[in-house]
Amino acid sequence: MGSKKVGNQSIIFQNPPFILAGYNIVGPKEGEGPLKDSYDQIMKDTYNGEKSWEKTEAKMLETALRGVADKAKVTVDSVDFVLAGDLLNQIISSSFAARQLGIPFIGLYGACSTMALSTALGAMLIEGGFAGQVLCAASSHHDTAERQYRMPTEQGNQRAMYAQWTVTGAGALLLAASGTGPKVTSATLGRVIDLGTTDTNNMGAAMAPAVADTILNHFQDLNRQPDYYDLIVTGDLGTVGLQLLKEILKKSNFPMGKNLSDCGVMVFSPKQDIHAGGSGCGCSAVVLSGYILNQMNSGELKKVLLIGSGSLHSPTSALQGESIPAIGHAVSIEIS
Amino acid sequence: MSNSNLRPPVINLTPEEYKTMVQRISPKPKAIKNAVLAFMVGGLICSIGQILINIYINYFGLSKVSAQTAGTATLILIGALLTGLGVYDNIVRFGGAGGIVPVTGFANSMVSPALEYKREGYVFGVGGKLFTVAGPILVYGIATSILVGIIYVLLRL
Amino acid sequence: MFANIIPAFIVGGLICVVGQLFMDLTKANIQPAHVLVSFVTAGVVLGGLGLYEPLVRIGGAGATIPLSGFGYTLAKGAMEGAQSSGLLGAFSGGVEAAAVGIAAAVIFGYLTALVFNPKG
Repeated sequence: MGSKKVGNQSIIFQNPPFILAGYNIVGPKEGEGPLKDSYDQIMKDTYNGEKSWEKTEAKMLETALRGVADKAKVTVDSVDFVLAGDLLNQIISSSFAARQLGIPFIGLYGACSTMALSTALGAMLIEGGFAGQVLCAASSHHDTAERQYRMPTEQGNQRAMYAQWTVTGAGALLLAASGTGPKVTSATLGRVIDLGTTDTNNMGAAMAPAVADTILNHFQDLNRQPDYYDLIVTGDLGTVGLQLLKEILKKSNFPMGKNLSDCGVMVFSPKQDIHAGGSGCGCSAVVLSGYILNQMNSGELKKVLLIGSGSLHSPTSALQGESIPAIGHAVSIEIS
Repeated sequence: MSNSNLRPPVINLTPEEYKTMVQRISPKPKAIKNAVLAFMVGGLICSIGQILINIYINYFGLSKVSAQTAGTATLILIGALLTGLGVYDNIVRFGGAGGIVPVTGFANSMVSPALEYKREGYVFGVGGKLFTVAGPILVYGIATSILVGIIYVLLRL
Repeated sequence: MFANIIPAFIVGGLICVVGQLFMDLTKANIQPAHVLVSFVTAGVVLGGLGLYEPLVRIGGAGATIPLSGFGYTLAKGAMEGAQSSGLLGAFSGGVEAAAVGIAAAVIFGYLTALVFNPKG
């Protein structure tokens, strides 16, 4: 057993990798949201000149990956691995983007928790001495996700009040063994938790127990209290899921303070008619690589815990009436 | 550094308790507002249908039954076009079942998957997906009508 | 010429309200497909029992334009077919009566799908 693992499921990095830069690209709706100033690129429409939304999503991810390397003044060829994932069948957006980059690719599937997962694994590669520089990324596109998981975009349908809106966006981080900037200091990898939610429109409800489980274990494993962090932010629970998370933690005798928020709640404004907030791999990816990183680099935030939340169902399992298993992966990012 | 397994913590909640909690916290649909909007939108679409039928009877000299059929076909055309123009999904977001239940909604349910999967080719993409929703409707509609016909025959024996 | 528009509005509106309540008050995950299938089947059954006919008489297009009206047309056709040519008519009558609607949906649907692309 390695001595870097602590408690049930956490890892402490002894030489924490640096986040040299972050880069993101979002769709027009996200570009009108409250975090609009934190995006590197805002697309004019959801196609962005491509013939299909799938092509657009792969292109977005490639743009984010190349963008972050440029920003950090690193050539793509000097990067050891790219770790990326998305929501589409066989994670095509990621592999199609990696096809263009020509460097070793590790495809990940953690559903909407992918950004936290790729960051945790990227940091582990560097900590273990297996890589000097890695790209960590995730993407989602509202229209490709709707096509795969729900129904055709032009089909008339009234969305439930607790439904969330998949973020069109891709975000990437460049992690390196040396440099300056915020550091990935620890990670808590999640367990698959399922409390029997079957409604695929209520993703927040499906994922909240898994996130709560990861939070409880993170704080026990590292023997910390919530006020250790300036911001504890979940991936894409939305308003309903965030409320549920607070109640679950309260019932588990671990109440949270005011520093708890959610990327899905932050990414859209209630005026945008998106109901319970944003969702998708891109949600936490664009908030982490944009807003959170900027706040850390400017000194507004010093210690942040991101818990990426993913629901691990498939369209088939949902149609067959299976309940929705979910997972939460946490990474803590600190700047001194 | 501690390396021991500390389990638990686990969340202190049974699936049954969680189900109640989810139901309490998830916002409910605004049933009354939605019903009023469905009434207005559905009523409006049917009125347009009635106006078309009246025109077909009075100006084209069609019989009542033919005018009804022609009116239905015209509304299907309108529903298909509005779907193609990207308008119909907004009508339903506003009017709910008022946009789904009339034949315009039936046209929308045919055109929208066909559009969506067009890039997957003209046989499986357009031709096949045209019947994603229309297929079940025809299956249940026609099967039930045959059953009704058979019962009718049996009752007359 | 306009006297029948208000009844069409009211009957059509009310039928849609039934659909809306079905969506909002039953379990989650009801999709338009479920609503449409239920309505067409209900229309056939009510048509077969002779209960839909009065709605059509009062509401005109208000009863024929909703998808339950499509079901009513199928049932009416099947019964008329059964009356005129027995068992064979029970099979052919419904589709014959609804043929224009089905054909219109197929051709208009196909052409629209060819011309337009999804907007999102």
